Amino acid sequence: MRKSIDQINQRIRDGNARVVTAEEMPGIVAELGEDGALREVDVVTTGTFGAMCSSGAFLNFGHAEPPIRMERIWLNDVEAYGGLAAVDAYIGATQQSETRGEEYGGAHVIEDLVAGKAVELRASSKGTDCYPRRTITTELLLEHLNQAIMCNPRNSYQRYNAAINTTDRMLHTYMGTLLPNSGNVTFSGAGLLNPISNDPKLRLIGSGVPLFLCGAPGMVVGEGTQHSPAGGFSTLMVTGDLKKMSQEFLRAATMTGYGVTMYVGLGVPLPVIDKEVVRATSIRDEDISVDLIDYGIPSRSRPSLRKVTYAELRSGSITLNGEEIRTSSLSSFRRARQVAETLKDWISAGKMELTLPARPIDPMRQVRPMHETVKTPRVLDIMDKNIVSIGEEEEIQTAALKLLKGETNHLPVINSKGKLVGIVTTFDISKAVANPGKATFVRDIMKKKVIVTTHDESVDVAVRKLEQHNISALPVVDAGNHIVAILTANNLGKLFGRWLK
Amino acid sequence: MKLLVNFSRGKGRKPIIAQAVRDTGVLITVERAVIDSSEGEALIDVPDDQCRLVRDKMASLGANVRILEHGITFNESECVDCGACISICPRDVFSFDEGYRLKLIEERCILCGKCVDACPHEALTMPV
Repeated sequence: MRKSIDQINQRIRDGNARVVTAEEMPGIVAELGEDGALREVDVVTTGTFGAMCSSGAFLNFGHAEPPIRMERIWLNDVEAYGGLAAVDAYIGATQQSETRGEEYGGAHVIEDLVAGKAVELRASSKGTDCYPRRTITTELLLEHLNQAIMCNPRNSYQRYNAAINTTDRMLHTYMGTLLPNSGNVTFSGAGLLNPISNDPKLRLIGSGVPLFLCGAPGMVVGEGTQHSPAGGFSTLMVTGDLKKMSQEFLRAATMTGYGVTMYVGLGVPLPVIDKEVVRATSIRDEDISVDLIDYGIPSRSRPSLRKVTYAELRSGSITLNGEEIRTSSLSSFRRARQVAETLKDWISAGKMELTLPARPIDPMRQVRPMHETVKTPRVLDIMDKNIVSIGEEEEIQTAALKLLKGETNHLPVINSKGKLVGIVTTFDISKAVANPGKATFVRDIMKKKVIVTTHDESVDVAVRKLEQHNISALPVVDAGNHIVAILTANNLGKLFGRWLK
Repeated sequence: MKLLVNFSRGKGRKPIIAQAVRDTGVLITVERAVIDSSEGEALIDVPDDQCRLVRDKMASLGANVRILEHGITFNESECVDCGACISICPRDVFSFDEGYRLKLIEERCILCGKCVDACPHEALTMPV
């Protein structure tokens, strides 16, 4: 049996379409079987409500008198892209205010407009014969704009990896606050309610398909940026009319220490045309797994510690190496449900009809990393291989002599096996000399917790370590914790000669 | 009930908490404390019926004591029920009800402030 999209739309128009949410579907299939569910259900609605950084809106302001070709544009001190000819701008959600930092950004401008608040437009131009005006400042409400079209390049991720932090330092990431020493796990996504998880082969979701976007009817533009279905990470580019949106499903947010983002409510209705749709929409949280990623590793390829399902994540805690770790969602399951329920109401009331994709989305492709032509400087490019180190059993005076002779301020300390066990600085030695009699050997005064780097680490990462720990040198170690070089603040000067020309 | 105790550690360096415990006989739980060479702040938990007794004792020992009636301030209209605060809180103040709505058990709060930074929606603030 198959149902055509026309049959389904006819039932929607007649007011007798059976519409259910993706959360209800597994139960219906268990009760009626796949054939029964296909006969019974016409539409399955999905929903998600979470941080979707890659969002923004095209705004058209109309012409001023005298007219201005706006080149640089700010809305409440948040810069909007003005390279769109004279009277348009694109306000991106993550752009931050030039005066208020991460507490206010593009997402807040968008939310303020939707909430009916006035937003200050400021723009400048070089002035031309046809557009003589050079500056403009005005207060605008959403109703004053000719068009305000939300267009989000990368929304509705099929799923998202869960985050953990194995380092001993608290991390502030786009996955929220990650406590040190694997203190918590954060995750995002609506699991069984997620639109693409209910149509992983993208048979129903594609260009032109209607959807719910921030409380307004919208449309799928096509595949989103970073779309990577091969790994289970499909995305959508979506659009909708900002003027019809509601604050209930559109919220600006700040991830402390990371920056501004926007919470977007999004749902796609899926027509139940055949048994494959029934099967796909009966997916449960238990069936959707993601990697648990260690965000303590500052690299693109972070290791996965284990697979976890949305059922485990939503239960409140997961286990890792026998220990129970509490979980936090960053997206709202309650609002995801409200999205799916609202969409259900719209369709049941005949307010939205469905279409199949006007142009399908590639269900196979794999996203590629950036093609880089200029190598980013690594520690090995600037590190100092002339290392002066000292044994932990040596006397403090020997250390002082070595520091003098080596003309250095940092002395890595090694044990009898040649492994790095500590570090002493000129400060530590001075302190020991100023308080005589308290300590004799290097091991008595050395700092045992040494912050280190490796030869292949990027210099940017090493510099971040120097800043975070307020230190001026990092021993460079190999896999066996043997010291191979040292990176000091002085070495960073080499960057200017070699790399930053 | 929770008390916020501020004291200076000037000349006397009086063992204010220990002395209050000994003199009143009330067992005090220190929930958190920041103490440096010149001053200190401690959040302590005492049984409700002995709260005033402990407060008066500590005040007489030179501490500035304030009874904390409330935990963290929760602005429900800003909250989207994401739950980012749940795993951050050291005292399990936050959880979901059956409908995935965020609920708070305010009495557990020790005002450590961790959730204030963790909330993406500025729905949680320290009480004034």
